[in-house]
Amino acid sequence: MKTLSWFRLGLRKLALSATALIGLALSPALAEDLNALVWCDHSDPNFLKPFEDATGIKVNVKEFEGTGAGLAILDQSQPGEWDVMVIDSIDVRRGVEKGLFEPLPEDKLPLGDLYPQVKLDQFTKIDGKRYGITEKFGYNTIGFNKSKVDPNDMQTLQSLVSDKYKGRIAIYDYYLPVMGMAALAAGKKTAELTEADLPAIKEVLLKMKANAKLVGEVTASQTALATGEVDILVGGGEWVTAGLSKENPALDFSIPKEGGILWSQSLAMLSASQKKDAALKFIQYVLSPEGQARLSTSSCYWGMPANQKAALSDEQKKVLRFDEQPDFLARAQLYPAPDEKLDKQMQDVWTEMLQAQ
Amino acid sequence: MTEKARGSVANGALPWMVVSPAVLWTLAFFAAPFIAMAVVSLTLHEGGGFSFANYQQFFSNPSYYQALVNSLEVTGIVTVVSILLAYPFAWILAEQIPERWQRLALILAVLPFWTSYVVRSYSWLLVLAEKGVVNNTLVQLGIIAEPIQLANTRFATVTGFVHFFVMLLTLTIFANLKQLSPSYRKAAADLGAGPLRTFLHIILPLTFPGIMVGAFLTFVLAIGDYITPQILGGNNELLMPQLIMLQIGRRGDFPLASALSILLMAVVTVAYIACARWLKIERA
Repeated sequence: MKTLSWFRLGLRKLALSATALIGLALSPALAEDLNALVWCDHSDPNFLKPFEDATGIKVNVKEFEGTGAGLAILDQSQPGEWDVMVIDSIDVRRGVEKGLFEPLPEDKLPLGDLYPQVKLDQFTKIDGKRYGITEKFGYNTIGFNKSKVDPNDMQTLQSLVSDKYKGRIAIYDYYLPVMGMAALAAGKKTAELTEADLPAIKEVLLKMKANAKLVGEVTASQTALATGEVDILVGGGEWVTAGLSKENPALDFSIPKEGGILWSQSLAMLSASQKKDAALKFIQYVLSPEGQARLSTSSCYWGMPANQKAALSDEQKKVLRFDEQPDFLARAQLYPAPDEKLDKQMQDVWTEMLQAQ
Repeated sequence: MTEKARGSVANGALPWMVVSPAVLWTLAFFAAPFIAMAVVSLTLHEGGGFSFANYQQFFSNPSYYQALVNSLEVTGIVTVVSILLAYPFAWILAEQIPERWQRLALILAVLPFWTSYVVRSYSWLLVLAEKGVVNNTLVQLGIIAEPIQLANTRFATVTGFVHFFVMLLTLTIFANLKQLSPSYRKAAADLGAGPLRTFLHIILPLTFPGIMVGAFLTFVLAIGDYITPQILGGNNELLMPQLIMLQIGRRGDFPLASALSILLMAVVTVAYIACARWLKIERA
């Protein structure tokens, strides 16, 4: 009898589980999945959940750092496994050359609302087709603690190599923007860099290194600035200071007279995606005023929304220095976009700087 | 075939059947990936084709081979310091702590293993920071007038490593000490040897296997570690794992990264051969 009742109980549990599974399968909340290769700012539930609730599309995210790592993930994945990808705007071309990206329908995207300077068509459009759309941007420039340094000194890159701030500097550990800043300090234009410019850039870099306490990735450099371990972050900007503004209002950034480096991240759709409609819906959400506001104030890092109509609060706009953007953009220079050979040479100079004692 | 012959075949096949899962596992998850990595290391990031260019690049670029020198220096310091700290610790645990408390003492000793490796490294960063516990204490004691830079240095990297590997070495040396029969000491005393002489000529040589096993594990784990130097070293010098990661991050230069990994593996192999010979692990 006991065995029989256990059997019945087991059957009942099985029936209930099957019903629940069928119910879940039919639930609109799980109607569709979208797989996104993203940077950490896209993992914020405050950013994803409104989209998921509104569309019933579940967004599965995988974070990566660096275009090389992202492209390697795609290489190792089955075609169609990923639907959308976040990528440095300057690297959209690399994905297109590998045949990874799908042209985006410009008429279904709010291109007219984007800051013209951040569309970066020279990188995101190939043969007249748009493969990437800028979603967020900012500046690699000077981040600093205004209660510890003279803000006037932060109006020139030369302060970064002066003895006055020796041992009070951290350098953001990414060679392209920081070498771009070194190029600006050496009086060069980032869009015109060649191999011949490397000795001058290296000289500035080595001087910066001599003044630096550390060369750190995002978390390490942010922590160093926030804890007072250093007072200046070379390569920092709103992406470091804005998110920490509540805890530490003394953190600020400047665009020095030599200029700053404009960084921008784009969204691309994978050509092998089987869910292109859902992918487009996601891209449209990210570019919408609401999506832009949430992405630009993501818990991982803040940045300027590409869409000028982003639904930011006055306080958020103040922290991001929204109203000063036209001036900043006018003074910002392009992110270095070297070809393969120059890229390798730049990375070797960077390696030399890291090893310098 | 007779029954005896069938039995003999079955007996011959049995050992292969027993070891075949392990052999297949090793082939699939070590040998095959290793061969693939070796092949990739002989290709070029751009243009394809086979070449030794990645290896040539390593030996011709001082910044690259400096990473190996840095790795060997840091790992050497970590191994020696860890042994010097772990041996007395293990000896106290094995000889001075009453048997019934040894289990608890061992648990306390391995407690650092229970926390996340990354969290532990960031914790050290805060402890060694300019306004951290160490600098504050030194300033308050009047030993230093101003805070000194401890975080983001090689010292910080070594400290983070040593904290972890002292525990590992303590376990291997403790296990070795516990296996030693008390009769060795009694015999030495009977023959007139004092405690120091007994330690130097009897105990220490007999615990060499424990030291060397722990030292080898420390060497292998430390030389291939990316997290600790990345967080605590402040990138003020590059070690081999950081140099490898640098090739992948943006450029995705897997051929060069593979070549560097093969070189790192060659160093580990040399260390293994050195240890194996010393310990007479081979059964030849």
